Amino acid sequence: MLLPANPPDLARIIVAFEALPHANVLGMTFLSLDHGRGSVKMPYRPDLVGNPKTRVVHGGVITALLDTLCGAVVMAAVAEGTPLATLDLRIDYLHPATPEETIRASAECYKVTANVAFVRGLAYHEAIDDPIAHCAGTFMLGTGFSATAAGTVAASAADAGADAAGGTGGGQPC
Amino acid sequence: MLKTIAALKQSGNVAALNDLIPYARAVGLEAMLDEGGLLVALRFRESNIGNTQLRAIHGGVVGALIEHAAILHLLVETETAVVPKVINLSIDYLRPCLAADTFARGSVLKQGKRVANVRVIAWQDGPDRPVAAGHAHFLLT
Repeated sequence: MLLPANPPDLARIIVAFEALPHANVLGMTFLSLDHGRGSVKMPYRPDLVGNPKTRVVHGGVITALLDTLCGAVVMAAVAEGTPLATLDLRIDYLHPATPEETIRASAECYKVTANVAFVRGLAYHEAIDDPIAHCAGTFMLGTGFSATAAGTVAASAADAGADAAGGTGGGQPC
Repeated sequence: MLKTIAALKQSGNVAALNDLIPYARAVGLEAMLDEGGLLVALRFRESNIGNTQLRAIHGGVVGALIEHAAILHLLVETETAVVPKVINLSIDYLRPCLAADTFARGSVLKQGKRVANVRVIAWQDGPDRPVAAGHAHFLLT
């Protein structure tokens, strides 16, 4: 799909994201990464349970997994070294995750403009057509930080958007 | 579970209520009462870092703080008889959430028979400089 003029090194993005301290907590690993799309998985973790009665993982686990994947997918869709920061993220919880089962997620960056990248994703167990959660997010480009120095998403600064001169990913000004 | 929640709510022991949740202990979420009501804290931990360059907290953990503050707010501050089920959650990231403790407080914008709409503000330096804001819908049936 999206391929910027100076495409990023996908292997380096995977290494950078899997090395993040909180990605380690989740036990998150990449299943695939292409320019503008990717998928990850994480094992069930009893210490990340949100409801001890049902043993379902906390919603924050799904949020963190999807946020990380979305950041990686955006980084893979824009020019090498483009810094980015999450502007917003919306999660719809479609049904509870099943205890003991591996959680997978897939996401795609479906539009890149001069300042903003738009991304959507799904979390699921075995079948993507039976999703646990859906997400839609936007990322500011040209602010935050880049994978070239082994950085990634996370923090986010809407107030830094004004100097987002990025625009390296092509597309229309947002 | 509901009986335990009701008993802890009755006694005002929000810390024990919080500690029932394994995830809260795993990432360093704490609950307390102050003059403003329920306050939720996300203690700084290296394992919550999501940006190694800025040493910023992972956006997903900030989202978890907001969701946790919203659920506990409903459990502690309202007459909810069931554990609220989150329908959706929207998070706006406003400033970098750096390597320090983060706090969050919720408020109910609308509570109907089946759905509650909860707003949450999260901050580090003070509520007037929020690092993130969120709103969530919960099913109360």
